[in-house]
Amino acid sequence: MASSEKYAPPAPPSDTVAALLAFTVLAVLIMPMLDVFGAIDHFTLNLWGKYLCYALLALSVNVLWGGTGLLSLGQGLFFALGGYMHGMYLMRMIGDQGQYHKPIPDFLVFLGWTDLPGFWKPFENFSFAILMAFLLPGIIAGIFGWLAFRSRIKGVYFSILTQALTYAGALIFFRNNTLMGGNNGFTDFKAELGFSLREPATQRGLFIATAVMLIGVVIFLRWLEGTKFGLVQRAIRDGENRTLFSGYATPAFKLFLFVLAALIAAIGGALYVPQVGIINPSDMTPEKSLEAIVWVAVGGRGTLLGPILGAVFVNMLKSYATRAIPDLWLILLGGLFLLVVLFLPGGLVSLPEKLRGLWQRFRPTPTPAPAA
Amino acid sequence: MSTTRIASLLSVGALALASLVSPARAEETVKVGVLHSLSGTMAISETSLRDVLLFTFDEINAKGGVLGKKITPVVVDGASNWPLFAEKAKQLLEQDKVAVTFGCWTSVSRKSVLPVYEKNNGLLFYPVQYEGEEESKNVAYTAEAVNQQATPAVDYLLAQGVKKFYLLGSDYVYPQTTNLVLLEYLLSKGVALENIGGGFRKDASGKIISAGKYTPFGHTDYQQIVAEIKQFSAGGGAAVVSTLNGDTNVPFFKEYAASGLTAESCPVVSFSISEDEFRGLPADKLVGQLGCWTYFQTIKSPANKKFVADFQAWLGKSTVPGIVKDGRVTCSPMVLSYDGVYLWKACVEKAGSFEVDKVRDAWKSGVSFDGPGGKVTTQPNMHLTKNVFIGETKADGQFKILKSFDNVYGEPWLKGKFK
Repeated sequence: MASSEKYAPPAPPSDTVAALLAFTVLAVLIMPMLDVFGAIDHFTLNLWGKYLCYALLALSVNVLWGGTGLLSLGQGLFFALGGYMHGMYLMRMIGDQGQYHKPIPDFLVFLGWTDLPGFWKPFENFSFAILMAFLLPGIIAGIFGWLAFRSRIKGVYFSILTQALTYAGALIFFRNNTLMGGNNGFTDFKAELGFSLREPATQRGLFIATAVMLIGVVIFLRWLEGTKFGLVQRAIRDGENRTLFSGYATPAFKLFLFVLAALIAAIGGALYVPQVGIINPSDMTPEKSLEAIVWVAVGGRGTLLGPILGAVFVNMLKSYATRAIPDLWLILLGGLFLLVVLFLPGGLVSLPEKLRGLWQRFRPTPTPAPAA
Repeated sequence: MSTTRIASLLSVGALALASLVSPARAEETVKVGVLHSLSGTMAISETSLRDVLLFTFDEINAKGGVLGKKITPVVVDGASNWPLFAEKAKQLLEQDKVAVTFGCWTSVSRKSVLPVYEKNNGLLFYPVQYEGEEESKNVAYTAEAVNQQATPAVDYLLAQGVKKFYLLGSDYVYPQTTNLVLLEYLLSKGVALENIGGGFRKDASGKIISAGKYTPFGHTDYQQIVAEIKQFSAGGGAAVVSTLNGDTNVPFFKEYAASGLTAESCPVVSFSISEDEFRGLPADKLVGQLGCWTYFQTIKSPANKKFVADFQAWLGKSTVPGIVKDGRVTCSPMVLSYDGVYLWKACVEKAGSFEVDKVRDAWKSGVSFDGPGGKVTTQPNMHLTKNVFIGETKADGQFKILKSFDNVYGEPWLKGKFK
């Protein structure tokens, strides 16, 4: 890198801007409008809300894997923690409408509690719960990242540790004594900020909020890519030792990115819970985090649109196939992953380019020779 | 470049619209949802319920259907994934508009779909033993309540002269609740607190909030626990009440046999091992140990013999992809699924309508069906009165019936009931 020259971030290519614009219009305006006028049913919109939450998780994976070369197999932990923190608020909003009609959550009544445990109390406050949805995943990512990166843990060892981290989280949350609902987790939510979660309008609002957050995260990541920081990030991915010996404290950069990715996952999780209506420790099992890796691989690793496309496409296919071919859908999905890995290593986003390449190879007229 | 990107995004949007599938409703059929896990960790148990449901629908359709309409099953795969269960439930109710759903095995899957059924006023038939402490007007619990499994089993053991009970389970809501109920029940029967093993956890005021020993799912090391049981049972007259789930039973019973404990010296009564589980468990390690269900395949009634034979014949002819045809057995959750379909049919016919509110009223008014396990009768609390059987495990994975309790009323609210 020429140190004397000032680094000028490249202007974002117009196509990304155009795609972003198209997506914004589609997600924030058209789909909710179609829902209002009954052109798509509430179920479909709600389902898309879930897909967009998964897209945030996929982006989180991609910041590390595609952007920095760190394959984290534990992003599901931060997603679930964000969900749990928001879920605690939603559990408090059930009030005494639970099965036992007591003022504390059902599972606490079941465990023999008559008063709310102390750490549950502040979660009646929405702002506090949302703050915690960022703070807790952020702090855990910070501590884990600090320990991992200062010890120069890299490659497959880093992947294994992140997987162990999310598994440990699942085991802790599975315990009834953790007082977080045990195996059943949180469910049967009634209201958010006074709005009934059963109302289509509330679900529509949540969908729009998810779409807006997703767009916000994409714009932020696009901006970050263009800064000098983004350049260092790519340098770490492509040659960490060289970057280190060029005078950059790569552990600090990686720590920042790890926390950032955790926060992106946490946003997805926090928005996921009211739309899906359940959060439990199964979302922390390593399988869930691995699924997110698959979405990114299918969509196109290292791009901004790829992870979103992958998360939406794979989950849409899953929704469709578990209904249409419930006995065979795993074979279909597995086959798709194989095809992508073998024939489309760049993921779905590389499909237009790939097709153009094929077209150029096989089109009838020969390529015009360069002007002599 | 920009156009292709936009095109790809728009095509995603178009697919979204296409995913809205609302096929026209044919007049002569009625859609019924089947919501079980056909893949993932629960598939081994739940696929059997899917199979028996499809068999039941064929049996009913061959005799003219329900109210003259043929049952069209809508089978979906919950994939042992609880958020996906909620999604599939929404799809069945809001898109397919099924008249009724038969489904769920784990409590967590039921808890995840419950709000969906309540919101849409749907009806879910739930067939697997569970912890109670729940009574939704949108769920028909054909399942065994705790007093249709655990307390009769304890009654049997008490009558056999057992004086000491060791409580052991997997750490989730069903074993925890069952053991709390059993603790109260045993104390009410005059069993002293020190004769109840497994340990207690108390809150600050000294009230017991958890009784028994718990191990996580997939636990394999039972050496210490079995040693503790051996010590506990030293004076004789002891039994183990086990709510251990699934695979963990294998290392537990291996360790149990290795330590020299036997069904004679200290019997184990398990609530989560049925004939179907023995397809994956070594039955020879459990010979003589006890089970308690509202149905055993060995029941010698014409209705049961016909049910088992018809199901086997149906399996032989079935064209469902991947269906297992060999070594199949019948078990309580399967029979309660079967009974559930017939009870739903009876309720629909009594109501003269498929409407959930009318069907529920018919259920609450008390409808009976003579099933393979004997007569079952619906109750106003959405549960089921049925017979309870105690059985002894045989080497072939079947049970020898030792005792039966007739017409046991299903009671979901048991905590604090026995004083």
